[in-house]
Amino acid sequence: MANELFRICPDTGFKIDRNAEKLIKANAVVAIVFLAVGGLFGLLVALTRWPAVHLLPAEWFYLALTAHGADVLLFWIVFFEIAMLYFTSSVLLNCRLATPKLAWGAFWLMLLGAVIANVAVLQGESSVMFTSYVPMQAAPHFYLGLILFAVGALVAVFIFFGTLVTAREERTYQGSVPLVTFGAITAAIIAVFTLASGAIILVPTFLWSLGLIGDIDPVTYKIVWWAMGHSSQQINVSVHVAIWYAIAAMLLGAKPLSEKVSRFAFLMYIMFLQLASAHHLLVEPGISSEWKIFNTSYALYLAVLGSLIHGMSVPGAIEAAQRRRGFTSGMFEWLRKAPWGNPAFSGMFMSLVFFGFIGGISGVVLGTEQLNIIMHNTLYVPGHFHGTVVAGTTLAFMAITYLVVPLIFRRDIILPGLARWQPYLFGIGVAGISLFMMGAGTLGVSRRHWDMTFTDAAIGFEYPPAAFLMMGLNGIFAIMAAVGGLAFVVVIVGSVLFGTRRDDAYSKAHPVLPPAGAVAVSTYGNEEALKIPGTIMLVTIFFAAFVLYYFVNWKYLSEVWPLS
Amino acid sequence: MAIFPPENRVWWNEPLHRPEIIWITVAFLWGLVMFFTMIYWHFSGQQNLSNEAYRIFPEVYAERTEAMAEKYTVRTETNLDIPVVHPKPGTDVYMLARLWEWWPILELEKGQEYRLHLSSLDWQHGFSLQPTNINVQVHPGYEMVMTITPTQAGEFGVVCNEFCGIGHHTMVGKIIVVDK
Repeated sequence: MANELFRICPDTGFKIDRNAEKLIKANAVVAIVFLAVGGLFGLLVALTRWPAVHLLPAEWFYLALTAHGADVLLFWIVFFEIAMLYFTSSVLLNCRLATPKLAWGAFWLMLLGAVIANVAVLQGESSVMFTSYVPMQAAPHFYLGLILFAVGALVAVFIFFGTLVTAREERTYQGSVPLVTFGAITAAIIAVFTLASGAIILVPTFLWSLGLIGDIDPVTYKIVWWAMGHSSQQINVSVHVAIWYAIAAMLLGAKPLSEKVSRFAFLMYIMFLQLASAHHLLVEPGISSEWKIFNTSYALYLAVLGSLIHGMSVPGAIEAAQRRRGFTSGMFEWLRKAPWGNPAFSGMFMSLVFFGFIGGISGVVLGTEQLNIIMHNTLYVPGHFHGTVVAGTTLAFMAITYLVVPLIFRRDIILPGLARWQPYLFGIGVAGISLFMMGAGTLGVSRRHWDMTFTDAAIGFEYPPAAFLMMGLNGIFAIMAAVGGLAFVVVIVGSVLFGTRRDDAYSKAHPVLPPAGAVAVSTYGNEEALKIPGTIMLVTIFFAAFVLYYFVNWKYLSEVWPLS
Repeated sequence: MAIFPPENRVWWNEPLHRPEIIWITVAFLWGLVMFFTMIYWHFSGQQNLSNEAYRIFPEVYAERTEAMAEKYTVRTETNLDIPVVHPKPGTDVYMLARLWEWWPILELEKGQEYRLHLSSLDWQHGFSLQPTNINVQVHPGYEMVMTITPTQAGEFGVVCNEFCGIGHHTMVGKIIVVDK
C-alpha cells in the first residue's frame, strides 16, 4: 500500500505522495499556460503604449489590458501558489495529501472559472479592467468566473490545512514545521481572508450585474475589493519569500540565520498586511486621514518590518552557507562564486534584489498618504507592482520551476544554455519595465490609457517629451521580458514533454541538488560565528537608497500647488 | 535547512545575532519615522487632502455646477463651445466629470485660494491635473471639496486617469491660471 501511494525522491529523500505529485503537476502546467496567454496580452499592451508603435486599436487595448491583469495577476499566480501549497505541505512534511479527490474538484472548478472569465473578456463586453470598479458593469459571467475560481482556490487552501493536520496526527515530521512550510501557512491564512473578501464583494456585484440588486456603493466596493486585491498580493509575498528560503536551502544548504526572527517576520505579514486595502483609498472622498495613515502604514509599518527582516535573513543565510563552504575572501567572494549559471539561483537572487529595491521601496513611497497625491493612477502604480509581482513573485516562481521540473516531473531541463540566460532576460526586462513606468508616472502619465497624445480629445494636452522616451524604453524592455517569458515557456514545456526521464538510477548519477556538501554547511555555529559583512553592506546600501528616495518624493510633493 | 524542521527543537530559545538585532531596531525606528512624517506633514506641509466630502445626487451636483457656470462664464472655447468660467477668488468652484469630459473649463487667478468641488455624474473618473501632478479619485454620489491655490500661471490639463470606457483617452479638461 505504502509503496503504491508514495515514492521516495532519490534527490532529496522526501516521501512523495503520488496524488500530490499529480496535482502539483496539473496546477503548475495550467499556471504556465495562463502565464503564456497573459504575458502575450501584456506585450500587446506595452507595444500599444509605445507611442511610436501604438499597436492595438483602443477597444482591443482595453480588452487586452483586462485579460492581462486577470490571466497573470490572478490565474497564473494562484494556480502556481496552489501547487506550492501542496508541495510545502505534502512533500516537505512527507505526508499524504488530504482528500485528493476534492483537490481535483478544486482544480477543475478553478480552471472552469478562469476559462469563463477569459471567455467573458474576449467577448468584448467585459473590458472593465481587472479591478472592475462599479458602477461600470461587466457581463455577469465575468464575475461568475472569478467567483468560481475563488471558491476553487479556497477549497484548495483548506486541503492544505487538512494536510497539515494529517501530518501532525500521523507524526510524519518531528518538532516544528520547516520554515518554508511556515511561510506557506502564513500565505494560506492570508488567502482565506482575501478570498472571503472577494466573495463578499463579487457575489453582490454578480447579482447586481443580473439586475437583482439595485446599486453598489463605489467607495465601499473599493474598500472590500482591495481587501482581496491588495491583500492577495501579500499571499504572493509570503509564498515567494518562502521560495527564496527554499531555493537557498536546496542549492546552497543555507539555513535561516535565526528561525525565530524569520518566523516572526512571517507572522508580521499575517497580523498587518490586511490593512493594505487603504493603499487604494488615499485620494478617495469621505475617508479620514487618521484611518488612512494607520491603515496605509500597516500600523506603524510593521508588515514592512517583516519584509525588511527577510531582506537581511535571506542573503545572510546564503552568505553564511557560502562562507562555511570556504568562500571567505573579501566582502563579496561568497556572492561572486554563487551558482549564477543555475537559473534557480540567479532567478531567486534577482527576485530578492528587484523586489526589495524596485517593488518594495516604491510600494512604501506610493502608499504614503500625501505622496499618493502625486502618483495615484499614474503609470507609477503599475511600475511599482511589476516590481513586486513580476520581478519579485513571477521571477521567484520561475526560479523554483527549474527545481520542480526535475524533482516532481522527473525530467531533465532541456536547452540548458537558454535556461541559463532566461532569468536574466526576463528579470532585467521586467526591472526595466518597472523603472520606466515609474519614471513616466513621476512625469504624470496616466495608467490604463490608450493614447498619451490625446489626438481625439476636444481639449488637448501634451506630456513632456521625456515621458515619451520613457514609454519607448518601456516598450523595448517589455520585448526583452517577453523574450525571457517565451524562453521560460519553451524550456519548461519542452522539458516536461521531451526532457530525459529521471528514473532513480539516473537521478543518483545526475543529482539536481548539490550533494552532501549542503548538509555539512547546514549545521551552523553560535553568535560569534556569524559573520555576514557582505549582507550588512547590501542592507546598508538598500537602506540608504530607501531613505534617500523617500525624502526625494517629499521634495517633489512640496513643489505641488498647495492643497488643504 | 529551511525545507526541514528546525534541528533545534526549542528554536525559540536561540539567542538573536547582533546584526539581526541592530537591523530590526533600525528598521522599526525607520517605520516610526515614516509614520510620523505623514502626521507631521498634516501640521506643517502644504499639500494635504482635506477629506471634506458629502454624499450628493448627481443631478444636484450638475445643477450647482451649471449655476456657477451661468454666473461666471467669460467666454467659450473649442468648436464645442465649452464655457470658460472665471469665478471669484475664495469662492466655491465646481468641476464635474462625465463620459467623457471635464466640465466646464475653469479660469483661476494665481496665488488665490479656491474651494474646488469634484464629483462624477456617471462612472468613476480620475482627476489628474498636469503638469503640476495632482491626482484625485472622483466618484459618482460623492462630492469632494479641497482648497487649492494655483501657484503658477498657464494652461493645465485635467487628464482622466481612471479607466472609464472606450472614450476614456479623449477625456481631457482644462484649468487656466492667470496672473491677477
